Amino acid sequence: MRSISTLFYTIKQGFANIFRNKWYSLASIATIAACLFLFGLFYAVVANIQSVVLKAEEGVSVTVFFHSEYDLCEEQGIEHSEDSIPSESRIEEIGQMIAARVEVSEVKFTSADEAWAEFGLETFGEDYQEGFSENPLAGMENYEVFLSDVSMQDTLVTWLESISEVRKVRYSEVTASTLSGVNLLIAYMSLGIIVILLAVSIFLISNTVTIGISVRREEINIMKYIGATDFFVRAPFVLEGMIIGLIGAAIPLGIIYELYNYVLEYVVSRFAVLSDFLNFLSVQEIFQILTPVSLIVGVGIGFLGSATTVRKHLHV
Amino acid sequence: MSRKELLKQQREQMIEEDGIIFLDNVSKAYSTGAPALDNITLHINRGEFVFIVGDSGSGKSTLIKLLLRELTATSGSVYVMGSNLARLKHRQIPKFRRNLGVVFQDFRLLKDRNVYENVAFAQRIVETPAGEIRRNVPAILATVGLAGKYKSKTSRLSGGEQQRVALARALINNPSILLADEPTGNLDPKNSWEIMKLLEEINEQGTTVLVVTHNREIVNAMQKRVITMKKGVIVSDEEEGGYIDEEY
Repeated sequence: MRSISTLFYTIKQGFANIFRNKWYSLASIATIAACLFLFGLFYAVVANIQSVVLKAEEGVSVTVFFHSEYDLCEEQGIEHSEDSIPSESRIEEIGQMIAARVEVSEVKFTSADEAWAEFGLETFGEDYQEGFSENPLAGMENYEVFLSDVSMQDTLVTWLESISEVRKVRYSEVTASTLSGVNLLIAYMSLGIIVILLAVSIFLISNTVTIGISVRREEINIMKYIGATDFFVRAPFVLEGMIIGLIGAAIPLGIIYELYNYVLEYVVSRFAVLSDFLNFLSVQEIFQILTPVSLIVGVGIGFLGSATTVRKHLHV
Repeated sequence: MSRKELLKQQREQMIEEDGIIFLDNVSKAYSTGAPALDNITLHINRGEFVFIVGDSGSGKSTLIKLLLRELTATSGSVYVMGSNLARLKHRQIPKFRRNLGVVFQDFRLLKDRNVYENVAFAQRIVETPAGEIRRNVPAILATVGLAGKYKSKTSRLSGGEQQRVALARALINNPSILLADEPTGNLDPKNSWEIMKLLEEINEQGTTVLVVTHNREIVNAMQKRVITMKKGVIVSDEEEGGYIDEEY
């Protein structure tokens, strides 16, 4: 920008252009708003599904049991040597090894006594120790391992089973594979819908821009004949495009904000049962991502659309 | 002497020797059909008033477009104010055009802005300070007889008034050359004469004026240099000439 008066002129003209071409501005704002509204709705739904899946994934765990002197393995026909019975310090060491792995988010140790206390209390009630001289779950100390990524469960299980002190690894293959399947499905669906939305947006916006060209062609020609530089011609148009993009992004954000709050309240009050296992994201969590993305996309579309439109006519 | 000063001196010398407008064996061919301009050589000196006449298809419009550097010659060279237009880079064109005032048959005003804004626009382009614009615009509007209309929307003005606005816009930056392409084409005889009178006044103040026209009456009455074109060539070039009829 070469001078303050040119800067003020550009800003003033950028705003004035919006009002001069009211219908064109409205059509452009509506197009961008419609596209970003669809995008916002889609994002809100997908983000919630993803959060539910994530919550479910966090609950998926693998339990690791160790060989013990109680000969449990021999009873089950599994052979093991004296050497493979781990000491307490070895169990602790294995726990640290598990915790250090990338696919592991959390490791929880349950001693045999804790296991019995929990199981006994649940099964027999307060007096669970009556009639038992010693812990019937002796040798059942275990690690409950939570995964950071369920699709890595197989890798983890294979590694755990290769440890000679490990007697048994208990896991649910179905849960893990279902969850990672759902995850993959969401990823593909998101990608598909984003591509479709993007294609529709580009089509609609290029149409609007084409209409805009006919309005602007003469104006740009006149400016160029008088000796305006490309920058001088382009700057107000580009600013106008960015303002249109900004408004086009702000409108759907406002609507989605209200709509999301309303739907959330409605679902929670009408289907209270659902809220136990469906954990909806708060409107703040949704808008933390949606606001910057929408504004950047809106302003970006406005910028690119107007810049390329004007560029076509600058060679006069 | 710096390189800039040397170039300026060379340009001045060229203008003295070959004229402020100099076409040297210029041809312009479009992709189809006969060439629009065929080997034209033309000198126009500083301060001249020149009519360019001819039927449609004679090459007048192509000539104007070459002088505005909207087009470049297929062969030969076009010099305006000592600059070879073929050598101008895209980014140098705006600066070049600021020394040319242009007036068109269809006025080409910014329709959604008022008279003041249309004229001020030409000054904004050259980054004239706002205070100066506020002084210059009313002055030039008074010169063209529109002092009281500066707030009017151009779409509400008559054809004659619109052409005066276009003229004010063309003149406000004190151009060396004024190109007028059929300036009276859309005007009644009274308004046509008034515009021509204004052009003559401007010329008397030292601006070189080049008028492309079909208006026989005006050309014959004004007794200026007349260049007649037909099918892309100059068929006549007369000092104090008149409108030549069909025998060519």
